[in-house]
Amino acid sequence: MIEERPAPGPYTHAGTSVNRIMLLVMLALAPATLLGFYLFGWPAILLFLTTLLTAVLAEMLALKLAGKPVRKFLLDGSALLTGWLLAMTLPPWAPWWTGAVGALIAILIGKQVFGGIGQNLFNPAMVARVVLLISFPLEMTLFQQPLPLCSASAPGFIDSLAISFGNYTPVDAVSSATLLGQIKTELGRGVPFDRAALDAGSLWRSSWGDVAGSMGETSALLLLTGGLLLIYKRIITWHIPCAMLGTLALLAALFNLIDPVRYVDPLTHLTSGAAVLGAFFIATDLVTSPVSRQGQLLFGAGCGLLVYVIRTWAGYPEGVAFAVLLMNACTPLIDHYLKPRIYGRDSKGEPLNYVESASGDER
Amino acid sequence: MIKLFKIRGGVHPQDRKQLSANQAIENLPLPPLLHIPLQQHIGAPAEPLVRRGETVLKGALLARSQGAISAPVHAPTSGRIMGIGGFPAHHPSGLSVRTITLQPDGNDAWVDHLDPVADPFTLQPDDIARRVAEAGIVGMGGATFPAAVKLNLRNRYALHTLVINGAECEPYLTCDDRLMREQPDEVLDGVLILARGLGVERILFAIENNKPEAFAAMNSAAHAYSQVEVVGLPTRYPMGSEKHLVQTLTGRETPARGLTADIGIVVQNVATALAVHEALRHARPLISRVMTVSGGAIRQPRNIHVPLGTPLSSLIDFCGGFKQKPARLISGGPMMGQPVPSIRVPVVKGSNGLLALTEEEVRLRSEMPCIRCASCVHACPCGLLPLDMAAQIRVGSLDASVNLGLLDCIACGSCAYACPSHIPLVHYFNYAKGELAARQRAQHKQNETKRLIIIRKARMEALKQAKHEMMMKRKRELATAKQRNTETPSTEVGA
Ligand code: SF4
Ligand code: SF4
Repeated sequence: MIEERPAPGPYTHAGTSVNRIMLLVMLALAPATLLGFYLFGWPAILLFLTTLLTAVLAEMLALKLAGKPVRKFLLDGSALLTGWLLAMTLPPWAPWWTGAVGALIAILIGKQVFGGIGQNLFNPAMVARVVLLISFPLEMTLFQQPLPLCSASAPGFIDSLAISFGNYTPVDAVSSATLLGQIKTELGRGVPFDRAALDAGSLWRSSWGDVAGSMGETSALLLLTGGLLLIYKRIITWHIPCAMLGTLALLAALFNLIDPVRYVDPLTHLTSGAAVLGAFFIATDLVTSPVSRQGQLLFGAGCGLLVYVIRTWAGYPEGVAFAVLLMNACTPLIDHYLKPRIYGRDSKGEPLNYVESASGDER
Repeated sequence: MIKLFKIRGGVHPQDRKQLSANQAIENLPLPPLLHIPLQQHIGAPAEPLVRRGETVLKGALLARSQGAISAPVHAPTSGRIMGIGGFPAHHPSGLSVRTITLQPDGNDAWVDHLDPVADPFTLQPDDIARRVAEAGIVGMGGATFPAAVKLNLRNRYALHTLVINGAECEPYLTCDDRLMREQPDEVLDGVLILARGLGVERILFAIENNKPEAFAAMNSAAHAYSQVEVVGLPTRYPMGSEKHLVQTLTGRETPARGLTADIGIVVQNVATALAVHEALRHARPLISRVMTVSGGAIRQPRNIHVPLGTPLSSLIDFCGGFKQKPARLISGGPMMGQPVPSIRVPVVKGSNGLLALTEEEVRLRSEMPCIRCASCVHACPCGLLPLDMAAQIRVGSLDASVNLGLLDCIACGSCAYACPSHIPLVHYFNYAKGELAARQRAQHKQNETKRLIIIRKARMEALKQAKHEMMMKRKRELATAKQRNTETPSTEVGA
């Protein structure tokens, strides 16, 4: 009647699990993804599917090679999520192989080489994105103006197959730079930043997502909704997103105040590029971010700082991937130095001593 | 109303107290045999005073306490001693411990072994502590630390407050809840006696807010006593952990490796207070206790007043047996309780619950790798990093885990409860603590052996030295003798 195997306590559980976490994150990503599908049409959907499928196949292969139980680890959903996140950051009309190569890099080099789930130092999707960006700068920076699904100018399914798998560009597709890219180029050419581009309408469009950009990055509002769901469901805490977006906004506001012509205003920074996706879904990646609250605040602030620095002064218009990777590298260090204070001990780890401190400061 | 302070971490498990919360305490009929272990407390086992075949009355002293930290054991009913020998312990190992087996005679006839006191408040604190010790009272919340030893802390610490722990933060358990609802005046009397025994003026009676009836009952009982304040606590596990309870009430943390007495506070449990009342007012030693028998696999969950030594199987029978095959049988609550090795094992002083849990309640899932989600870090009420401690233990670096705070872990289980990867974190910690203790014992033994070897060596050395000297002396004597001999010519040259 009593099981022989002594199962360790406690004998109740919160009911959480790894695949529940992954599913919730995917659920939170879903609205922005669907909007991406709608805005960028079939090519985006095909690229998305290719990326996810490759990620899952790569994971399967790696698990087989490592001799791990394939079913158990595949069902945790982490490979699917990595593929999903990568797809979100790709230009929506990028050829299929960018997604496939990216997924292979993410799963094999970003994750399995380190020893699989939980072991990787860097965010796999961001590793893949950076490798792609450096190796295929052209394909990775060709962004499409939105051509909503079923609208007159949108490519049909067959055309889309050609776009994704062939090398075909339909005539009425307008490729364009992202807002951040545009600003960078213009400032680079010495053209002062045109504030008129930032009227209320364009700000709304860029927060809603109806602009050129990566497949799933454009809608700051939908991503924010998803992020809030994750906080509500206690998958992530507010620390990293708030610290990251807060730092980014603060720096942007500061420099914008100093010289509004050369420095973009904070709202543009927050609503464009991968800022929101990065803050809620990428920097918060559980495996690669610090575990203590203080550590998370520092990590988030570091991400925000680096994003601003890269966007403003470095060669790339967008810096979320680089920033997150750089901070990932700091995570072990942050975790080492910023530990929670242990109950009954002071911050140095010595037992509290009320007798000595009674004369001094009251604890 | 006093101001409450926040503790870090903690979790909110489903409390499932409604299964048994409305069941009034019932008396269990006497089982055919009682098995009374000699060690039902932390400290040295009691030493038996009875022999096989002897008949004893209810309340008679069966075994006396030995050593500074120990507690005596009394007869839960009248009957005949069937033997003293090994019997499976109420412990997951099920190892055999020395146990007195008593066959009840059915008369349940008392002997007045302790003398009742008309007014315990005229007694000196030392006298109260002595009587509490004689009654065999231990901490009944599960810690089973002898209550009198805790009372005597007043000799070494400047105490000011007695905290009564009515948090009962473990899910399922309702025995303290029922005691507070059904016998608030008796409980309060015990509390006042304990306070007198400690020599403290202030009493905080802390009850989690999920027990409004108990709160109301205790509040109205305590109304007449200005020194007693009944405090409602936020419902959160592990609110009932002594150190965290005290922190909630005072905002002060107990220093690491220390006692709550370091900050002037002693914590006692509700059932302990009732036992003190029984012992001092009615001269009744601790021979029974109230237990909650519950869980999804029990047909009729109940709160039962049980003679110590009753086999768990009797409790299960009294509750109508199992509705379905239990996945786990647990002694205590689901967070910190331990699996019971067999239903033959007896109820002991620290048993507060017996849970028969279904698969669905236990929610056991296969273990996944750590995904560094920090759920454990945020759940830990002690500010530890359970994931790192477990990782160090896994690779065998126990010292590294100690540096991370392993010995500050109170084994509350919050981390493992929250872990999405279902890593048995507490299991690692318990293993490591056990291993460290074993190492320490081994080290001690080694040191002891070394010391003995050194002493032996020194003795041998001294012996050798003495022999040597003796020889030298002899040689010298011989030499002088020879010298004398050579002066007179001899034939024994070759000798
Ligand atoms: S069992 Fe130990 S490490 Fe885990 S939450 Fe409790 S105190 Fe923290
Ligand atoms: S809760 Fe479990 S999975 Fe999450 S960090 Fe802690 S040990 Fe790792």
